[in-house]
Amino acid sequence: MPKKLMKGNEALGEAAIVAGAQAYFCYPITPQTEIAEYLAKRMPEVGGVFVQAESELAASQMIFGAAAAGARVFTTSSSPGISLMGEAMSYITAAELPAVFINIMRCGPGLGGILPSQGDYLQAVKGAGHGDYKLLVLAPSTIQEAVDLTIEAFRLADKYRNPVMIIGDGLIGQMMEPVDFESCTKPPRLDCSAWATTGCAGREPHIVKTLFLDPNVLEERNRTLKAKYERMTREEIRFETYCCDPPPDLLFAAYGTTARVVRTAVDHLREEGASVGMFRPISVYPFPDDALRQVAHHPAVRNVLVVEMSMGQMLEDVQSALQGRRPLHFYGRGGGNVPAPEELIDEARKLLGNGHGGKR
Amino acid sequence: MSAPTTIFRRPEALRDAFTHYCPGCTHGIIHRLVAETLDELGLRERTVGIAPVGCSVLCYNYFNCDMQEAAHGRAPALATGVKRVLPDRIVFTYQGDGDLASIGTAEIIHAANRGEKFTTIFVNNAIYGMTGGQMAPTTMPNQVTTTCPRGRDVNTAGWPIPVADVLAQLRTPAYIERVAVHTPRYTVQAKRAIRQAFQYQAENRCYSFVEVLSTCPTNWGKTPNESVQWLEDVMVPYFKLGLKKSPDRPPVD
Repeated sequence: MPKKLMKGNEALGEAAIVAGAQAYFCYPITPQTEIAEYLAKRMPEVGGVFVQAESELAASQMIFGAAAAGARVFTTSSSPGISLMGEAMSYITAAELPAVFINIMRCGPGLGGILPSQGDYLQAVKGAGHGDYKLLVLAPSTIQEAVDLTIEAFRLADKYRNPVMIIGDGLIGQMMEPVDFESCTKPPRLDCSAWATTGCAGREPHIVKTLFLDPNVLEERNRTLKAKYERMTREEIRFETYCCDPPPDLLFAAYGTTARVVRTAVDHLREEGASVGMFRPISVYPFPDDALRQVAHHPAVRNVLVVEMSMGQMLEDVQSALQGRRPLHFYGRGGGNVPAPEELIDEARKLLGNGHGGKR
Repeated sequence: MSAPTTIFRRPEALRDAFTHYCPGCTHGIIHRLVAETLDELGLRERTVGIAPVGCSVLCYNYFNCDMQEAAHGRAPALATGVKRVLPDRIVFTYQGDGDLASIGTAEIIHAANRGEKFTTIFVNNAIYGMTGGQMAPTTMPNQVTTTCPRGRDVNTAGWPIPVADVLAQLRTPAYIERVAVHTPRYTVQAKRAIRQAFQYQAENRCYSFVEVLSTCPTNWGKTPNESVQWLEDVMVPYFKLGLKKSPDRPPVD
């Protein structure tokens, strides 16, 4: 099959179908509603379940019910809706159920606007809901990557019995790009028979719950979850480096759509002879600290510039990774504005000084 | 002399467990009626129950079938998730009045309105039990609770929500009945309603909902006997018992 030109949101919906999603529960919100519209048509065609819920609270708790009944499930939303889903994320993680959440981020806070943003980074990597839990969070920067990572998200959700979140800014959802589904394969399904609530014929009843009043029992579960996150940190780190060999004088750090703008700026600056490169986290939880340090702590790297469509969120993870050993700078746009390559080129020139990577 | 015959036993759908419910509370009776029904209709092994938040959060310690535990008010959303992916299973939610009539109002109305093919057992005791006796949407006018120490003021807190009557207004076909279990006569009627509710589900007919008026001697500050009397004198005249809606009686335009 040749590549197909698809809108990001529709491609995300198709990716979930390819991944074998059996049920999708949703609530309309811009700029991700096309996923729901696409799946309203597609899920019945593949014998799957489509339900438009009364709210994001309900949609995400339907995910709990269906996941605990052993189905491969997912939901999608955008920032204000994800805030409401934070409740279910906490419960689903506590119950160790596999599920996929997709957040097509819009600008905030509050109702904010409907234009692209990366303002939910901290919510995603630190947790939208209450309690001691983490999601595995992946951030695509192209529609093909969004498709591939969505399919991967279903595999990882099963592998860890933990929710996996895809964060894409509004541009990932709204723009069109060629997509190849040919090389995509459905991840094998987890055997849920030891815990799923499907009726207790021929076995003892299964109970899926999150209340543990005995502090020692709950602490043991906290430790189990912690071990899971430590394993993610060992096994699920994903990142890309661009023009980092040899390490550049100025290292950009950016993810998602912003990384594409940075790439253009890097190309332009390199044509001018400047020594610049980019580090792009793909897994943002777990964050690729070691990999970033390996590049950024090279003696050639004199400055690190984080670019985000927010007032500085991934910045905190970069800061923590660099341990104060390199000057860290930030350029952010808000309100739904996407930085232009020229803005980044200007910022870079300030840091590069006269000699494009020489002395300042 | 013939050998003794067992005429009363624990239903298979109930576990052999000590109860955590307070003396005089009627949750235990309602549990038993649900369990008897699952046994009689042969449903236990294909049933998934959903526990709420509230006194009956621990009902999975008593029901001997697969169970999930929901966030506060969200049991109908979980039940929707289960029933949609396992349409041939029997699914029920067991919810109290704080859970269902306050924080879970949206979930119950929309599950009923979608005509989800599961059953809700709604236990209405006019108060929040587990958190220690706060005002519920079902608390009676002038009833004293810890958060309405001068009694429920209907001018600021509104009147008790008669959930069964509210749900019966929806056009979507459903089975909706309000019953009580504070005397044997009422309990027999309640059993018939609960059995009917599960029967409709087993036939994949419609959403089914049974509101059961229940006592809370601990938080009402009454003895079990006084509680039975208060329920009869104060709750029953307001929360009118009986069939509110039936799939066998379609609405007349």
